[in-house]
Amino acid sequence: MEIVHPSSIEEALAGLSDGGVPLAGGTDLMVEVNFGHIRPEKVVGLRRLEPLKEWAGSRIGAGVTWRRIERQGPTALAEAARTVGSPQIRNAGTIGGNLGTASPAGDGHPFLAAVDASIELTSADGSRLVTWDEFFVGVKETARAPDELITAVELPGELPERQAFGKIGIRNAMVIATVCAVVTRSDDRRTTVGLGSVAPTPMRAPRAETMISSIARPTDADLSEFQRLVSEEVRPITDHRSTEEYRRHGAGVLARRLLERCLR
Amino acid sequence: MIVELTINGDPVTARVAYPGNLLDLLRDDLGLPGSKSACEQGECGSCSVILDGELVCSCLVLAADAHGSTVTTVEGISAAGSLHPVQEAMQRAGAVQCGFCTPGIVVAAADLFAVNPQPTATEIKEALAGNICRCTGYGAIVRALEGTEIVADR
Repeated sequence: MEIVHPSSIEEALAGLSDGGVPLAGGTDLMVEVNFGHIRPEKVVGLRRLEPLKEWAGSRIGAGVTWRRIERQGPTALAEAARTVGSPQIRNAGTIGGNLGTASPAGDGHPFLAAVDASIELTSADGSRLVTWDEFFVGVKETARAPDELITAVELPGELPERQAFGKIGIRNAMVIATVCAVVTRSDDRRTTVGLGSVAPTPMRAPRAETMISSIARPTDADLSEFQRLVSEEVRPITDHRSTEEYRRHGAGVLARRLLERCLR
Repeated sequence: MIVELTINGDPVTARVAYPGNLLDLLRDDLGLPGSKSACEQGECGSCSVILDGELVCSCLVLAADAHGSTVTTVEGISAAGSLHPVQEAMQRAGAVQCGFCTPGIVVAAADLFAVNPQPTATEIKEALAGNICRCTGYGAIVRALEGTEIVADR
């Protein structure tokens, strides 16, 4: 095995171009290695690559850890960060690594969906920005080409005034989401709903969003209709973590509670 | 490949077996069995170490990626022959049952006290959320650490 410790993005890209596997915090990749599921011949170690750790305003470097986001991130992304694994995992795991793995249950994804974030992919030919919905292609499949590096997450310059993250799981800590969601509400009533663990990729609930965005002061009946639409729009499956029915129900309940938090 | 790193203050050179993790390097090659190997997927925290100033699971660190790093294990959490205040507090309170999770708990708690000398019970629980005690001895562990002011030096 060979490991490269690049000191620049260019060196990292050179490492990827001849088959290197990117290693960020290791919290996903090393599980696969430890269990013998993968055996990379060449690893590009990104943990100490300084340019990836830069965080300037709305541009979050791919190497920024969940621990830093927990402390400094926008409200709902910080709330999501606080539920990522444990302190040990948050100290190692990065927002870029979370995107590279692209688990349907990734805790950071619903926020990126709800605020229409973009992901910066860099190759030797330069950088391109892809929107979150172009980036997530399927279960653990992304638009990243093997010779591309996830270099940053680009958030909109202006974020919604009110935003809330929530997660349903079997424990408070150290849990992979059964359902996770972010709801945002702007002063102009525009409401967005980002959802995770309820489809092959993170998703939005456009019908629920349109319905509730037209209402200045939602009544109980409006909230129930919003909840019903979210439950209708999600596309969950039954697996070892939960059932389709529970996830469908949970997504509606969770989105409604998060909206209620935004409306307070 | 050969890795050079600093462990508990000492420079160490080791040949790492592929695809070894830092935990196996510590335990099998460097004679530091304090960090325990259990889940090998970052769930249990029994292999917790301080890597370049951050509390992490050593099972999730590729040994080759630790080249050039500074590592503190439970063996180096206090000066030789003395106990860390967290260890003293846990010993006093009898906060150890089978002891398997204890090294990881000690390292995670030491990391907490290094930045927060007087944590609340809630803060202790959140800081130890990544450390599983299969004896379920959490009550005694939290009581041991709660209300103790520990000015830790790591």
